[in-house]
Amino acid sequence: MTVGGSGGAVAEHPPPSRTPAVPDAGRRRPLGARLLGPQRRNLWFWAFVGPFALGLGLFTYVPLAWSVYLSFFDAHNTVSPSGSDFVGLGNYTAMVTNEAFLGSLGTFALFTVFIVPATYALSLGLALMVNRLRIAQAFFRSVFFLPTACSYVVAAVIWKLSIFNGVRFGLANTVLGWFGADGTAWLSTTDPPWYWLVIVTVRLWLQAGFYMILFLAGLQRISPQLYEAAAVDGARPGWQTFRYVTFPQLRATSVAVVLLLVINAFQAFDEFYNLLSDARGYPPYARPPLVYLYYTALGRDQNLGLGSAGAVILALIIALATVVQARWFGLGRKEE
Amino acid sequence: MDDALTRAGRALRVVLLVALALLFLVPFYLLVRNGLATERDITAPDWTFFPRVLQWSNLTEVFQDPNLPLGRALLNSTLIAVSTTAGTVLLASLAGYGLARIPYRHANAVFYAILGTLMVPAAVTFVPSFVLVSSLGWISTLRGLVIPTLFSAFACFIFRQYFLGFPRELEDAARVDGLGYWRTYWRIVVPNARPVFAAVGTIVFIGAWNAFLWPLVIGQDQEAWTVQVALSTFTTAQNLNLHELFVAAAVSIAPLVVVFLLLQRYIVAGVERSGIDD
Repeated sequence: MTVGGSGGAVAEHPPPSRTPAVPDAGRRRPLGARLLGPQRRNLWFWAFVGPFALGLGLFTYVPLAWSVYLSFFDAHNTVSPSGSDFVGLGNYTAMVTNEAFLGSLGTFALFTVFIVPATYALSLGLALMVNRLRIAQAFFRSVFFLPTACSYVVAAVIWKLSIFNGVRFGLANTVLGWFGADGTAWLSTTDPPWYWLVIVTVRLWLQAGFYMILFLAGLQRISPQLYEAAAVDGARPGWQTFRYVTFPQLRATSVAVVLLLVINAFQAFDEFYNLLSDARGYPPYARPPLVYLYYTALGRDQNLGLGSAGAVILALIIALATVVQARWFGLGRKEE
Repeated sequence: MDDALTRAGRALRVVLLVALALLFLVPFYLLVRNGLATERDITAPDWTFFPRVLQWSNLTEVFQDPNLPLGRALLNSTLIAVSTTAGTVLLASLAGYGLARIPYRHANAVFYAILGTLMVPAAVTFVPSFVLVSSLGWISTLRGLVIPTLFSAFACFIFRQYFLGFPRELEDAARVDGLGYWRTYWRIVVPNARPVFAAVGTIVFIGAWNAFLWPLVIGQDQEAWTVQVALSTFTTAQNLNLHELFVAAAVSIAPLVVVFLLLQRYIVAGVERSGIDD
């Protein structure tokens, strides 16, 4: 790839001798020319994509490989396997038989079951309502989108210390008091599991507006002629139009939204960590995988080998779930 | 009768929208309410919607607390967010353009290798990334906080999808005029793709400003704290001053709210035209 050293002008005026208009099938072109491709497109491709790909390789793939390597060692307090015992698949068998880890996967599954449909329904509902507005559309869009600017740290401060403040009086308990109900210690009540309400509402508030924008974009791409045709065919405005025109037309958006929601749910960490842990530590309930792994790898034990094995298992599950989902929805078919 | 029904439906929708909008605004209100209230007012057992006393001195007090270097943290967050945004947008837009527009036999394979990293959970790469950064001597430096986060597969994906749908005629005309890929990109593509740049830029800026785990680990010295790290160390401190915490949290989101309200139009337009769902 050293041939392109002379910069931009080279590819703009490729010397005809290097790229014959009619490729000569009988003779192999020189290696350099083949590497560069027609009009040095390969070189240009890598000039554009290379820096990004290189950085991604260094800061994602290298650590990933390192993690996989480390997961075969009994590595405590160290991230270099030298000096640690090679335990083969020991960490993996320990992980898949570990009730706490399996419980964390259960927590994740439960969280996904709550948060994906809830966000989907809320953001689609908001988009449908906002889209029909003739006045104040920008205002409502801004209001629902604004929480996107908030961090989980800030949101956790508000949720934990103001709305769902169970120790002292907070907004939720004050409102309950108006109806004569007793206050609840929201974050520490596990039966019924009120902490789920806190965790789900934080994320709903933070992310619904972003997905609403995606749905709004999808809605605006639906051709008005489709609605006219539906009206001619006798579809009543409202549910029927939504059922037979709007919803099917939003299919591509829906696929993207669900995919992003599931991936994001898998990576849940910030709100669980900020809401549930305190000076006394982290309660054993409601630990999603990332929180569990964080405590395994960086907690008192510093069991980095075991933590890496759990992380690899988690990555495989996510990859599998995403591929299955993508196949199922037929994502990427257009590109082939 | 149909008409009355439609009108009733419309009224119901507006009522529902207003109610939801108020619900969405309540947390912001609480942030400001508690930020301007006295400590007693926040923790009083008879909680009131409006604080009894507005204590504006909270705003200056929080900047003078030696345990909470808020001014320095705001500066760090600004530097990090601005450089992360500039770097990410540049790298990801170039890569997205190359993937979408420069014919290359293995372009799809490269694309899937990039997209695949979206699925890699933070926990998998977090510890080794930390070691990598510390062995480079980048702990508590701007480099360590920024460079490893510059390679956003999500941003690259959005740019690629956008450029796939970009009208080819413009570029063809540029090519006929003798411009190469490089100059076509800078002179034709970038100026015509401003909405997607604004959209991705804003999303990246928000993400960088709100990032928590990476700055917590890399920014170990107090000098390198970001706003989020400063806030979180404040919450775990022994003497928890709620009024200071809330006013600091409010100050920390103020710059974003401004950026956001100014650029919202572009974000929406960018997402609309990015073809994220095509």
